[in-house]
Amino acid sequence: MTSELPLWEVFMRARNGLSHRHVGSLHAADARMAIEGARDVYTRRLESVSLWVVPSVAITASDPGESASLFEPAQDKVYRHPTFYVVPYNITHI
Amino acid sequence: MAPRDRALLELALRLGDDALILGQRLGEWCGHAPTLEVDLSLTNIALDLIGQAHHFLAYAGELEGEGRDADKLAFRRDVLEFRNCLLVEQPNGDFARTMTRQFLFSTWQHLLMEQLAQSRDPRLAGVGAKAVKEVTYHARLASDWVVRLGDGTEESRRRMTEGLDWTWRFVDELFEVDASEAELVAVGVAVDRPALRPAWDARVGDVLGRAGLSAPIVKRGVSGGRTGRHSEHLGHMLGEMQFLSRAYPDAVW
Repeated sequence: MTSELPLWEVFMRARNGLSHRHVGSLHAADARMAIEGARDVYTRRLESVSLWVVPSVAITASDPGESASLFEPAQDKVYRHPTFYVVPYNITHI
Repeated sequence: MAPRDRALLELALRLGDDALILGQRLGEWCGHAPTLEVDLSLTNIALDLIGQAHHFLAYAGELEGEGRDADKLAFRRDVLEFRNCLLVEQPNGDFARTMTRQFLFSTWQHLLMEQLAQSRDPRLAGVGAKAVKEVTYHARLASDWVVRLGDGTEESRRRMTEGLDWTWRFVDELFEVDASEAELVAVGVAVDRPALRPAWDARVGDVLGRAGLSAPIVKRGVSGGRTGRHSEHLGHMLGEMQFLSRAYPDAVW
């Protein structure tokens, strides 16, 4: 049965104000059943206030073979982190 | 015990036993369902139902006044003392039959709990109001499966048809009321079960229509669960359900 049902990626929002995060995947016949499956599999302990499901085939992934050119050039560019200025003493929560 | 209290106790047992027995039946799928998703769906429903059973049976124990709590009522009563309808004690069969049973029951229980939430008995009303949200989802999930199985493959459709043929004879009992419960209906405590039938017929008919299925024709329904006349299946189920509590009476978790 499982092999005949398409795969869906599940995203959930833990609280209002946060963004949806990927939490896993499941098999379901269609979008509505995927929402119901996600509800039962991933939200049993109050983890979520909102669910998205996306057909896994709709996701385009980066090619691991291209990791070197895609990601490694950022390694030596520390100046992109906002750490080169002084935070005033009375500013908190930064 | 005054007749009115006796009737209320019976009502609490009927409501509690329906939930308890179906919860136990669904629990039998744990680890055996066709997929992980379905396994969790069925056991989630089971846990919701057992939660409802706990509230109803705890109330029944208080009304009875003999010191029996929900656990005692669940695990130390014999089969003739159970007051659940026959539908919920039927064996799971295949997945289609389980879903058919759930669809027929949850559609009915949803209507019942909506009305029970309006009961003049605050305890029953409170449990009913909490249960409505849970049962709304049960009915939705079961309806969706009925449509997908009925309108699915040749095999799923055949299994759904067989599921309906098996379960339909137990439908009439859901809407039966006896004299003692009728008195509670008159004072706004119990739900008028026969009055739920038109809405149930409409909802079930709508889902079956979308599934391309039709209700079987049953000449005469069977009943008896509300007075303790059960099918042979309940005793076997209780044997498994009650074994641990009876064999090790002082066992604690």
